[in-house]
Amino acid sequence: MGVIWNYLGDPAHWSGSDGVPARVLEHLEYTFLALAFVCLIALPLGLYVGHTGRGSVAIAGTANALRALPDFGLLVYVVLLISGQLPASLAYLLPSVLVLVILGIPAALSATYAGIQAVDPAARDAARGMGMTGSQVLWRVEVPNALPLMLSGIRSSMLQIVATATIAAYVSLGGLGRFILDGQSQRDYSQMAAGAVLVGVLAILLDLIVAGIQRLVVSPGVTGRFRTAGPGRRPSLVTSSQEGSVVPTT
Amino acid sequence: MIKFDSVVKRYPDGTTAVDGLDLVAPSGQITVLVGPSGCGKTTSLRMVNRMVEPTSGTVWLDDRDTASVPAAELRRGIGYVIQQAGLFPHRTIADNIATVPLLLGWDKRKAKQRALELMERVGLPTDLARRYPAQLSGGQQQRVGVARALAADPPVMLMDEPFSAVDPVVRAELQNEFLRLQSELDKTILFVTHDIDEAVKLGDEVGVMRVGGRLAQLATPAELLADPVDDFVAGFVGRDRGYRSLGFRAAGDLPLVTEPTVRLGADQAEALRAARDGWVLAVDEDARPQGWIDVRQLDPGTTVGPDLLHRGGTVAKEDDSLRAALDAALSAPSGRGVIAGGDGRLIGTITAREVVERIEAERSAGVPADTREPEPAAGSRE
Amino acid sequence: MITYLQDHFQQTVERFYTHAWLAVLPLVIGLVLAIPLGWLASRYRRVYPGVINLAGLLYTLPSVALFVIMPSIIHTKILSPINVVVALTIYTVALMVRVIADALIAVPAEVRSAAVAMGFTGLGRFLRVDLPIAVPVIVAGLRVAAASNVGLVSVGALIGVDQLGSLFTEGFTLFVGSIVLLGILLCVLLALILDTTIVLIGRRLTTWQRAVA
Repeated sequence: MGVIWNYLGDPAHWSGSDGVPARVLEHLEYTFLALAFVCLIALPLGLYVGHTGRGSVAIAGTANALRALPDFGLLVYVVLLISGQLPASLAYLLPSVLVLVILGIPAALSATYAGIQAVDPAARDAARGMGMTGSQVLWRVEVPNALPLMLSGIRSSMLQIVATATIAAYVSLGGLGRFILDGQSQRDYSQMAAGAVLVGVLAILLDLIVAGIQRLVVSPGVTGRFRTAGPGRRPSLVTSSQEGSVVPTT
Repeated sequence: MIKFDSVVKRYPDGTTAVDGLDLVAPSGQITVLVGPSGCGKTTSLRMVNRMVEPTSGTVWLDDRDTASVPAAELRRGIGYVIQQAGLFPHRTIADNIATVPLLLGWDKRKAKQRALELMERVGLPTDLARRYPAQLSGGQQQRVGVARALAADPPVMLMDEPFSAVDPVVRAELQNEFLRLQSELDKTILFVTHDIDEAVKLGDEVGVMRVGGRLAQLATPAELLADPVDDFVAGFVGRDRGYRSLGFRAAGDLPLVTEPTVRLGADQAEALRAARDGWVLAVDEDARPQGWIDVRQLDPGTTVGPDLLHRGGTVAKEDDSLRAALDAALSAPSGRGVIAGGDGRLIGTITAREVVERIEAERSAGVPADTREPEPAAGSRE
Repeated sequence: MITYLQDHFQQTVERFYTHAWLAVLPLVIGLVLAIPLGWLASRYRRVYPGVINLAGLLYTLPSVALFVIMPSIIHTKILSPINVVVALTIYTVALMVRVIADALIAVPAEVRSAAVAMGFTGLGRFLRVDLPIAVPVIVAGLRVAAASNVGLVSVGALIGVDQLGSLFTEGFTLFVGSIVLLGILLCVLLALILDTTIVLIGRRLTTWQRAVA
């Protein structure tokens, strides 16, 4: 077990463009870039489908189908397809980020759609009946109540992206996966292990941060986390949605 | 005033939910639509605020055609209360109530103040203002729903089975408070329920609808009970119509008899002297009836104690209905119904026969069936 | 692609079987391990948060990290397929514990008390009443786990385990897209076969649901 610390213990490995901080930064860049695009595509789409109810079958179908695709294979394939047509600097980055985005979309999309769908229909009806316009109902009522599921979807997407970005080192990307792959070709197990540990810790840290954001942003009325004790679990007309359940990742 | 003018709702698959409804819900009154499932009462209600658009016909609010106003704007001027309350789980109680005022652009502080006022109005402790709906009981949530609908002081309120989702005890409380509120506010209310008892209790006028969306009868509750227009209405209104209709007739001046009483703590000899037909009425120091004592159960030398009280009889107030008076007489173990004043002090007693004699006398004198007095909450028990 | 397949038919078939085996074994072992753990979490509410959080934590870890760390924990060789099996078993357990716990919690209390009243006790009740009712939810979770595992096994090519994922690495090194595509198609095929099998088994176990529907 001690062998893991050999690599990380050596200060030389903590500086330079292939040092730990640089690689962590690269990994974060890929992750946030892809996550940004995922949110830009999946969230509006999920909100639209959830709010209007149109296209729900297509969404569910596509999300399921995408899950059957092997991430690693997709990554390699898209890179092979596209990289030839791109300038050298982007040749591997673009297709990789593209695949990261494609793989990250299903979790965020289905969670957003499910979150909106799960909003209490009575609250929706009351909102319309009170005179809120369609978009007011969406932003003032549906989204705040769908937040737990939406955020858990984003969380899953993020973990999926972090994991796949690690593998992307195979197609010449930087990031923490580099330690694993270089370590393998150099037969340096401690380097491989270092990479594995780093990426594990990064994943856990990012997950905790999003969980923290979830706690801050979601109304206590929705999560059920009350400061003052309520009058106990009496039969209630309000359904408060649970925190989103785990949606699987790579 | 809400007016339905030949309103029809037909769905693309051919079902007719509402079939040519002509109805006026007068201003300042509660009009109840009641009927079995599928009679179109909820659909009709929802056509007033255009949650459902009529296929043909017009719905008027005073002199405005509801179709001529943009839907969202229309709805902000109408209070809307639904069965599940539909409170926003993510907002505090105060924020829930303040929703429409804020939508209308009120100043935040003013809206918040209004919310607190309304909480008091509907009987909610103001320290609940910063709680969330999930922390409240069902009855409390319903009150919030009503407060929320009243927030912007709309002249018209639409209520769709607002009290159906709570248990009967809470429901009765909510109904009574609602009547009290309406007596203070005089709103034009269209109320939907499937419960004929609720309709009769709350409505100034009741419209019975039949399956297929047609209005069978629109009348005051007393008329409805006395004179159902056909078998369907008669069946829907149910049994005990005669008895229930007594609830709408003031007792007026019933020939009350002064009743000898005995104080709690009095001794057996005193009780025996006061008793008639083996029963004596026990009262407290303020002449408030406590219960009946069966003197045959009193042993010599004992005193009148609370454990000997028969509490079965109801107490009718002097301005109560004939129904309350009759019930007091029927439920009293002594056969003498206790009538008390508004302050709870004993006035006198009356027998069932005397009440029925009064009913018969009114019938031969041709007193109309709908001398309507609002039926108060069920007579207090001793 | 067709020529490749013709030239390397035997090898591809072997890789397919290895892949299938590496995906299914963790599913089975994982399910068997997750059932008692899930039951514990559903029965003893104090244990529930701890178990679920631990499971969530393990699920957060990227698969490749687990593959690499495995050898130092269980002292196998880096190339060994055991790493993949153990790592994926951990994943499957992490996913299924929560699914099973929630499914068991969702069994209606009236059904349980009726069963007890009829004389079902302990393990018998669990196997004959609780578990069958929980089957649809468990099946749904298992389908996700299966698809997930098929994809994860291919990552094993990075640590040298020979299965369909090797088609990806070969295709990349040779810069031949159609080999990679073949690998993708075969993976999807395998995922579909597993998915359908699980659904069919689930149907067999829940004939009562079909009768109602």
